[in-house]
Parts: sequence; structure tokens; C-alpha cells
Amino acid sequence: MNNQLHAHTVRAYSDELNALSDEIARMGGLCESQVSDCIAAVMRRDPALADQVVEGDHQVDALESATEKRVIRMLALRQPMASDLRATIAAYRISGDLERIGDLAKNIARRTHELNKSEPLELTRSVERMGKLVVANLHRVLDAFSAGSAEEAIAVCRSDEEVDEHYNSLFRELLSFMIEDPRTITASAHLLFVAKNLERIGDHTTNIAEMIHYLVTGNELHRDIRRDPGDVA
Amino acid sequence: MADSGTRSSTVYHDAAKTLQGKITLDGVNVYYGPKQAIHDVSMVIPDRSVTAFIGPSGCGKSTILRTINRMNETIDIARTEGSIRIDGDEVNSKAVDPVILRARVGMVFQKPNPFPNSIYDNVAYGPRIHGLASGKRDLDAIVETSLKKAGLWDEVADRLDQPGTGLSGGQQQRLVIARAIAVSPEVILMDEPCSALDPIATAKIEELIDELRENYCIVIVTHSMAQAARVSQMTAFFHMGDLVEYGPTEDIFTNPHEPRTQDYITGRFG
Repeated sequence: MNNQLHAHTVRAYSDELNALSDEIARMGGLCESQVSDCIAAVMRRDPALADQVVEGDHQVDALESATEKRVIRMLALRQPMASDLRATIAAYRISGDLERIGDLAKNIARRTHELNKSEPLELTRSVERMGKLVVANLHRVLDAFSAGSAEEAIAVCRSDEEVDEHYNSLFRELLSFMIEDPRTITASAHLLFVAKNLERIGDHTTNIAEMIHYLVTGNELHRDIRRDPGDVA
Repeated sequence: MADSGTRSSTVYHDAAKTLQGKITLDGVNVYYGPKQAIHDVSMVIPDRSVTAFIGPSGCGKSTILRTINRMNETIDIARTEGSIRIDGDEVNSKAVDPVILRARVGMVFQKPNPFPNSIYDNVAYGPRIHGLASGKRDLDAIVETSLKKAGLWDEVADRLDQPGTGLSGGQQQRLVIARAIAVSPEVILMDEPCSALDPIATAKIEELIDELRENYCIVIVTHSMAQAARVSQMTAFFHMGDLVEYGPTEDIFTNPHEPRTQDYITGRFG
């Protein structure tokens, strides 16, 4: 992400900045597979995969803690300025969002065991579609981070509205499902939490996109540009 | 400009317009003999605020600073073109007496340079030669107020008759600032005022600069970017005689627009 800039006069400083973005990239890759694995665990009713996701969260936490330590160290010892300052602060904030995404994936994975106790629900397919969209956005935001692309970051923010719409319609469907057949309430409630967690992952993805925009341009992403110009009436 | 070869580095900033302008530089060129040291610099420096000049050695930041009180005239081969105005008054006008100008525009240098006189006389010297005090009591009051404004009074009140050169480096620098303040200047120019001081003395000067900006227009040249970030409201970045970027300090240090500024303040200059 610092590719377009010259190297620092102090090489160790450049190395640290690069290490920071490498850490974010690694953490991001890990989170992406945690999220797609937790969805797969729910869909395939696969308890072993679910346990693997729960176990994998420790790795995400460890990376977050390492990033946090590195950021504090850099602020204390290097006093980063301008784009370096933005890169450091963005890394700190992004690692926080990724850590939350990891937690939400773990929570989804845990619900596999509960969902497996009842008959599969038809609506699980809708959740899967929503999950795919969330994973695609997460993948896209991580690409935007590597490429340092503010445009892609904006696109991710816009695409989060689709995730929200998915969630809202799922919410309504699950509600009517539960009213129609109270025997499905337990499973439906778990599925609702899965959908809610996916929606939260979408929000954290948007936060990351906003940080990337700030990192690249130095400006906050204004609420207005998050919406498609077409629907700002 | 008729000379098409002149590089233009005219940078006005909106923020400078919202603050009351004190000093206006318009198309300023400075030459040392045949060598052009400053290329067409135009900027508005706001009143009652601190403006920092930063840039690598030899970028022209001190030269520009010294055009404001015509200190460059003390160098034989130096020649200044363009307009420099303080509150609209042309600094280089024939009608302006450089001695009076330098009372209006005080200056503090890198190394503290107290006169080899008592602390009292160091501060009283300016008011005496400019006839600013009507008597001994008046002069006493000026000396006390100036030393208080410079944050030195409590440390020297009981030894005003002792030589100024006997003070510590940081105290000497504050003494020199008191000396500049004593003649009621409007502008205070500081050329790396802390580079010879330890961190504690530096902090005291920075605190003083922050207090002084309520009443004065302060322009400071500094090699320490952290210092520029700490004390100034506006920052100007110079490189090879050009004013590359000028804007609110916060913007310069979080989101500079020019790649050269970015490279310099992040330590990428090579």
C-alpha cells in the first residue's frame, strides 16, 4: 500500500509499515475464510467444521493483539506523519473490525450445533445467499486495502445496502415462519441470529471500507457518497 | 511574469483568508549574487497565530523569514524583488527605516545572543534607544512586563543586575524573547529558536510561543517537524526556493496534497 511512495530514509521504518499492512492482509485472509467456513458449517450441518472455526478465532485474536502492539510501538517510537499516520491509525482500526468479524463468525459457527438438533429449514438457503454476499464484500474490501483503492472502498460501502435488504426480508420471512409453525421457533431464532451476525459482519466490512477511504484520500467517507448517486433524491 | 522561465510557487490557502492577514508576500524573489534562492513566493501570513516554515537545509526558509524585516540587506550580495507588506505597508519602501522596521518586527535567533550586560539592561536597551519609556519607573515596568510575558520574571526577579550571559541557554533564549517584546513589536520572527536547547527548555519556549500568539504574529523556522506540528496553526513547506505547500498545520501533517511535502514530512526525502 506504500508502493507509490518513495522508501523511507530510515529503512527499518518502511519495514515496520510494510509489516503492519502484511499483518492486516493476513488477518483479513484469515477472517475471510472464518466467515465462509462458518456459513459452510451451518449449510452442511458440519459440526467438525464449526469447531474448527471456533478454534481458529484464537489466531485472529492473536493477530489483532500483535497489530495493536505494533501500532502503539510505532506511535511511540516513529511518530508517523501524513500518509504514514493514516496507515498506522487505519491498521489499528481495521484490525479491531476484523477481530469483531472473527467473533461474529465464531458465534455463527457455534449455532451449527443448535441448528443440527432440528430439521433443516428451507430459509437456510436465503441465509446462504446473504452469507455469500457478505463474504464477497469482505473479499472485495481486502482487495481494496491491498490495492489502496478508494473507489473500490466506496463500492463496498454501497453494496452493504444489499446486505441490509437481505437481512430485512429474511427477518420478515423468519417471523412469518415462526408464526405459521411454532415448532420451528428454536431453529428460526438461531437462524435469525446467524443472519443478524452476517449483517453485523457487513457493517464491520463497511467500517473497514471507510478506513481505507481515509487511508488513501485523507478524507472521511461522507454518508452521501456511500449511497449510489442514483438514489440520492 | 514576463520571464517565462520563472518557476511559480504561488500558494494561497483558503484558511489564510479566514484568519486576518498580517504579512503579505507577493511574487518575492531573492538572489544571492547570480544565484536565485527564492522563486516567486506569494503567501498571506495571518495575525495572532503561529506560522511555521519547514523544509530541508538550504530550501530558503530562513531567507524568506529574513526578507520580512530586511535582515537580508546585511548581506551585500543579497537582492530582494517583489512586494512584502505588513498591514499593507511596503517593507522595502524607501520611506521605511530598517531600524524602526526591526522594532516592529522582532527576531529571535538559533543561538541566544544576549548583550554582555545585565539582565535588566538587555531588556531595557530597546525601549531606551526607541524612547519608549518616559522615566525610570516606566522603564522598570516595561522590563518587568516583558520578562513576565517571556515567562522569565520569577526566575530572575532577584538578580536583574547580573549578566544575561550567566543564565542557562533556555533562560537566555527567553531573555532574548523578552528583549524583543520590550519594544512592542507586532511580528516576532524566530529562526530555529530551540535548536540549541534541551527538551525542557524547548517545552518552555513552545509554551511561551503559544501564549504570545494571542497578541503577536509569529513566524517560526524550524527543523523539527514535531515542533512545527506542536506550535503552529499554519505551516509552509519550502523546497529549493519554492513554496511547495502552505495550509493549516493539521492538514499538512495528516493529509498533505503535494508529493514533495508528503515525502519530506514522512522522512522519505532522498
